[in-house]
Amino acid sequence: MSGSGKLELIAVDKSFRAEKQNHVLADIHLSLSPGEFVTIIGPSGCGKSTLLKIIAGLDADYEGAVLLGGVDAGKPSRDKGFIFQEHRLFPWLTVERNIAANQSLRNKEVRGQVDAMIKLVRLEGFEKAYPKELSGGMSQRVAIARALMQSPQVLLLDEPFGALDAFTRTHMQEALLDIWRNNRATMLLVTHDIDEAVFLSERIVVMDARPGRIKQIVRNDLPYPRTRHSPGFQELRSQVMRALEKQEEPEENWVI
Amino acid sequence: MKQLGKWWKGAVIPVSVLLLWQWASWSGAADPKLFPAPSSIFGDLYTMLLSGELFYHIRISVVRAALGFLLGGSLGLLIGLLVGMYVKVEELVDPTVQMLRTVPLLSITPLFILWFGFGELSKVLLIAMGAFFPLYVNTFLGVRGVDKKLFDVARVLEFSRYKQVTKLMLPAALPNVLLGLRLSLSIAWLCLVVAELMGADSGVGYLIQDARSYVRTGAVFVGIFVFAAVGKLADSAVRLLERRLLKWQDNYRG
Repeated sequence: MSGSGKLELIAVDKSFRAEKQNHVLADIHLSLSPGEFVTIIGPSGCGKSTLLKIIAGLDADYEGAVLLGGVDAGKPSRDKGFIFQEHRLFPWLTVERNIAANQSLRNKEVRGQVDAMIKLVRLEGFEKAYPKELSGGMSQRVAIARALMQSPQVLLLDEPFGALDAFTRTHMQEALLDIWRNNRATMLLVTHDIDEAVFLSERIVVMDARPGRIKQIVRNDLPYPRTRHSPGFQELRSQVMRALEKQEEPEENWVI
Repeated sequence: MKQLGKWWKGAVIPVSVLLLWQWASWSGAADPKLFPAPSSIFGDLYTMLLSGELFYHIRISVVRAALGFLLGGSLGLLIGLLVGMYVKVEELVDPTVQMLRTVPLLSITPLFILWFGFGELSKVLLIAMGAFFPLYVNTFLGVRGVDKKLFDVARVLEFSRYKQVTKLMLPAALPNVLLGLRLSLSIAWLCLVVAELMGADSGVGYLIQDARSYVRTGAVFVGIFVFAAVGKLADSAVRLLERRLLKWQDNYRG
């Protein structure tokens, strides 16, 4: 894998047409060390998905800077893998061809990497299946394999398990940790599920809406593998909850 | 066996019509000059096959249709792709194409004969013109129908412009392109008949025209039958291609 670099967001700011009402992101500073697992959590409309798109380079309309390994990383690149909420596989390609994406499977090296990826996401036996034949969880695993195939330094995940049922979601969270342990890419995952954030990440970025900004960053030093019933887990859970609920000092007096 | 069962259902109506027709000819209810009995048409078909006359004309017709279809169809595919990909090309080209599309092909046939003579060129060009539009329209539609979200994926994976076309646009537009292909084929076939009936000294259209002037009604029917059979064959070939190439589609199948 290519050397991992630090991911830095410096004063990232975004508004729609300079209207103060539509201040989507306000002065976001965030830095992720290589190999770190960070989740972003916040109410809908806090701009967390927009922030992820900005980092990926899919949204170019912002101010501030995104640096990867100290250099500007404003454009989409293979260094920054992206997992969308929907799997977004190419429906006309089989699992193995989706993972290979724009590389040819006739290439021995590619073939080997694809096989390793299929093993990593535990989809042996489904190499030749089309996306329509896969369940939601399986499709999302193919999408993760496709992103990891590019050896990204950072993997950006935009509510990747939001559309899955509770059982599959828990299973996928474990699978993701497994992949992270083996792959050691930096992970930045957006979610609205507190349990998911506490279960997965080393730091939890709590965001606030209108304007979208970082409210608090909660450290999570619970050792892996984590169990959801442990007192430590519950303690962190309430800590994140409190951070989410905390009312910031009102900027103006409410008039009813 | 199941396939055969389906096939039989489809054959019920045409077979009944043939039987009724044959019965009408025997009983004298049908004028043999206008409606020769199916048995006598099959007799004509047999002699024309044996003499080689039929194959000669079929070969000429198929070559004409194929040339015209290849010329018009590939242009339709290429220009449809460009117009679909670039808004600037669309603004420049599409209004003209849409205007030309409304001109009835039959009305320009005399012009084509004046310009390019009675030879092969005028026929091939007429067929090409007919085959152009369905592929153009459907390729354009197909490209514009590509899921925008997949372009984000292509950007993240750093697809080159070329890979975007070959790995994303073309496969995504393929269902529409194949539909265009089918429509183009049938229009090419239609234009062939028009071209050959307007003036030709060979081909299945000529065969029909010639048989009509000698009141060989049986041979006229044979010609019509050949047109239908070859047309159906070409259509089936494309449908087979569709089934092979589009097996990834997840659609309602009735």
